[in-house]
Amino acid sequence: MPGNRFNAYQNHGVGIGLRIPHYDHIFSRKPVVDWFEIISENYMVDAGRPLAMLDRILERYRVVQHGVSMYFGSVTAPDPEHLRRLKQLVRRTKTPWLSDHLCWGSVDGTYTHDLLPLPYTWEAVHRTAERVRMVQDYLEIPVIVENVSSYAAFTASEMTEWEFLTEVVERVDCGILLDVNNIYVSAMNHEFNPLDYVNAVPAHRVAQIHIAGHSRYEKYILDTHDHPVIDSVWDLYARAIERCGPTPTLLEWDDHIPSFDEVHAEALKANRYLHQQAPELVEAAS
Amino acid sequence: MNLEAIQREMAAAVLQPLTAGEGMREHDADGRSVADVAASFIAPNSQLNAFERLEIYNRQYWFRVLGALAEDFPALRAVVGSARFEALSVAYLTAHPSRSFTLRNLGAKLVAWLGAHPEFVGRRHALAVDVARIEWAFIESFDSADRTPLTLLQVAALGADSPLALQPHLQLMALRYPADNLVLSLHKSEKRQVSEAGHEHQDDCGEADEAPVELPSLRRRATWLAAHRVDLSVYYRRLEREEFLTLSAIRAGRPLADAIEAGFAESRTLESRRAARVQNWFSNWSQLGWICALDSSGSAQNASEAGAQF
Repeated sequence: MPGNRFNAYQNHGVGIGLRIPHYDHIFSRKPVVDWFEIISENYMVDAGRPLAMLDRILERYRVVQHGVSMYFGSVTAPDPEHLRRLKQLVRRTKTPWLSDHLCWGSVDGTYTHDLLPLPYTWEAVHRTAERVRMVQDYLEIPVIVENVSSYAAFTASEMTEWEFLTEVVERVDCGILLDVNNIYVSAMNHEFNPLDYVNAVPAHRVAQIHIAGHSRYEKYILDTHDHPVIDSVWDLYARAIERCGPTPTLLEWDDHIPSFDEVHAEALKANRYLHQQAPELVEAAS
Repeated sequence: MNLEAIQREMAAAVLQPLTAGEGMREHDADGRSVADVAASFIAPNSQLNAFERLEIYNRQYWFRVLGALAEDFPALRAVVGSARFEALSVAYLTAHPSRSFTLRNLGAKLVAWLGAHPEFVGRRHALAVDVARIEWAFIESFDSADRTPLTLLQVAALGADSPLALQPHLQLMALRYPADNLVLSLHKSEKRQVSEAGHEHQDDCGEADEAPVELPSLRRRATWLAAHRVDLSVYYRRLEREEFLTLSAIRAGRPLADAIEAGFAESRTLESRRAARVQNWFSNWSQLGWICALDSSGSAQNASEAGAQF
């Protein structure tokens, strides 16, 4: 399966998140990397070094945009300036698809800068789907939504998280960025079997997969992106690939960032699972 | 409880400042029990009750925004000390929570807020405001727009009524102290980037309770400063008072002759020497690429410049 309509039929292979501490290595060594994911908000500025560095990356590498503040589930309307700048960046990067989170994070124009969980209600399905559709129509590229890690559940919820995710993407007819680390973190925090989640998502809509590390505390797990991927998360990844086929995969590493080579090597472990499913497609991607 | 009510209730709890022990407060601003509020919409699990689950988000919010502000104002933090910096950051962010989709704008109102709240700084208040002003100017200059400047020939051909604009990344500052060298020596080169993972409190903010740094002797002296970008890097340049006032008038949209007149208001410079000075300024400014034509909408950009009044 060389991709699907939610990722513009792209078979991107295995990428890593573009992070500033790696710029020097990337520009001097020009490593072979299938693709980079950028945090859109880091580049939604008028000019200067951020955009100049991005342009250098775009000359050599495939780049996909990932956002952290569109807040599809917020009840108040998105900031038009945010949308305008995002579209400007989409034109610059020519990202084949764009992702952001199935969450909320702002009320009346005040931002928490966090990915806050939604109550899994029909009202939230309706409102979130409406906003994803609006953003997708405005940006004129495929928008895919990512499941978040969460630490709280709501008394108002009327369905499981995977049922909620499925309802939203079916209503919008959009793709999924399946974060298997987030599934693991939420499963531990909410005491469900993570395999139930992976087995339930509509596989044909999974356009991209995120893998990452996390931090375990006494009574909960935090999604910190500051460790290698643990075996249990790789197991979930293997099952996801088994169900979805070879899917563009990206390692997120945001804090205590090690060397480029270390991050890249961790990401490339994904190839073990991708090769098992469709070795010829993995070769083609690289 | 519907979606809007849940989001308003949760946002209010998340944005409420932490206790001294970095926990969630037991009562909210209306005096309600936060445990009761949390239990009204958050379900417990076998390990955590509703209060504890909400507290994770409350703590993550503050660690994230305090870490971001500390990254943007490292010199201010060094000047006032980490304890005062954290206290003023909490007060500032409580008064001015983020109104932007990007953390880049988190400190946009800090200079004005700090100027009105000397109680958070103490005897170094005026210096602290200047330091914050220089650090915010750095952020603005770092990634603001740049426009094609007028050439030296185009500048030479300007008439008295010529409407002008300044390079958007050029930031003008009127300071009470010559604090630019101090900031340069304190300024860390690293820049924050947005990530979706939370900031780790200690690592990003340094060890707790760092005392204010020993400062070199710095006498109060009115100073005029420009921050501008050359080859992707931000530089500072001292300005003459009249030069600063002229540039400020250009930024405010005044035509050339008016701007120069505003620049020399209350100046002791002899009339006979003014033309040479103006010529020298414009020669420098055009070499630095500071002078632009008005944009197509006819408005000067970045018209709002903060500066102390003299």
